[in-house]
Amino acid sequence: MEIYLLTLLIFMIIGALIAIETKNLLSSVISVGVVGFTLSIAFLMLRAPDIAITQVVVEILILVVLIRATITRDNTSIEGRGGTFPFVSSLIFFGLFLIFAFFALKELPRFGEPLMKVSERYLRMGPEQTKAMNIVTGILLDFRAYDTIGEATVLLTSIVGAFCILRRRGRKLVEDADDEKTGILEDEDIKGSFEGF
Amino acid sequence: MVDLDQEIRDSKKGMTPIVKTITRFVMGIIVMFGAYIVLYGHLTPGGGFAGGVILACGYILLTLGFGKDVSLKKMNNLAASLLDNLGVLIFLSIGLLGTTAGYFFLNFIDHGQDFKLFSSGIIPLCNIAIALKVTSSLFAIFLALSIFGRFVSTLVEEEE
Repeated sequence: MEIYLLTLLIFMIIGALIAIETKNLLSSVISVGVVGFTLSIAFLMLRAPDIAITQVVVEILILVVLIRATITRDNTSIEGRGGTFPFVSSLIFFGLFLIFAFFALKELPRFGEPLMKVSERYLRMGPEQTKAMNIVTGILLDFRAYDTIGEATVLLTSIVGAFCILRRRGRKLVEDADDEKTGILEDEDIKGSFEGF
Repeated sequence: MVDLDQEIRDSKKGMTPIVKTITRFVMGIIVMFGAYIVLYGHLTPGGGFAGGVILACGYILLTLGFGKDVSLKKMNNLAASLLDNLGVLIFLSIGLLGTTAGYFFLNFIDHGQDFKLFSSGIIPLCNIAIALKVTSSLFAIFLALSIFGRFVSTLVEEEE
């Protein structure tokens, strides 16, 4: 069991590294998809079908949106490498992370042996109190409904923000509009970028 | 099979006839599976969020297969944002109705029996509200990414 899980985890790490390092944006998106689908299999092996279903479905949606967004950009490959400053700074932060993780991870309970203080009460009393046979939904929408409404608020806020950024016309008057083009592509730009396809 | 007018079926917009035919076959199954995941969320794995994303994927498949006109006829971006806000309002008002019986988000409806579809009080209602919200908001995001930026229309022209 644990060896299968380790294999999946190593596979996911390899996929993530390829997604970062590859030159082509489309193969990068596909590698991100590999990570997501493998994660859903890992959830299924850890006996969490709720999260597995959500992971698969969200991964499909994100892949469609990302492929739609990447193949319409004119520049689908990345050129040039970062300088020494990003490399050195990421090395420093990785070292800091290792130092703090060494102290923090010692305090955590071992994998597969959670503390179960509140959740034990939920698991014991959940089915009879909520009558929801899927205990995950019972906890999410009964014991922790307050958290769920916060989640819904986060989703609503992000969608409103995305709508504001992605709308086609700004509210600015034409005479004091910005000179440089920002954000939204015009038809001519897209036409020009499609000559190669 | 999704019922569509003959002119939409024969129009050149969207993807190839293979994709269109498969989409017509699969669309009903996707919607049915999404509705099952939402409605049985308190009995089987799943719930409002997962089912809502499945329904949104169905709409996105319709947009990709047939072009934006067909799916905009079923749900345009104004309706999507209205349904988005309506879902949150229903969810919040279910929570506020709990205060009449006791406290916020009290499960005030009769719980019923185990393993029955109409059981566990407000949980199925909350699932439906969340599914409404997630479906419309994710479809609205896809519309915003594809149509406000005119990605879909140019792609369609290019493929003809």
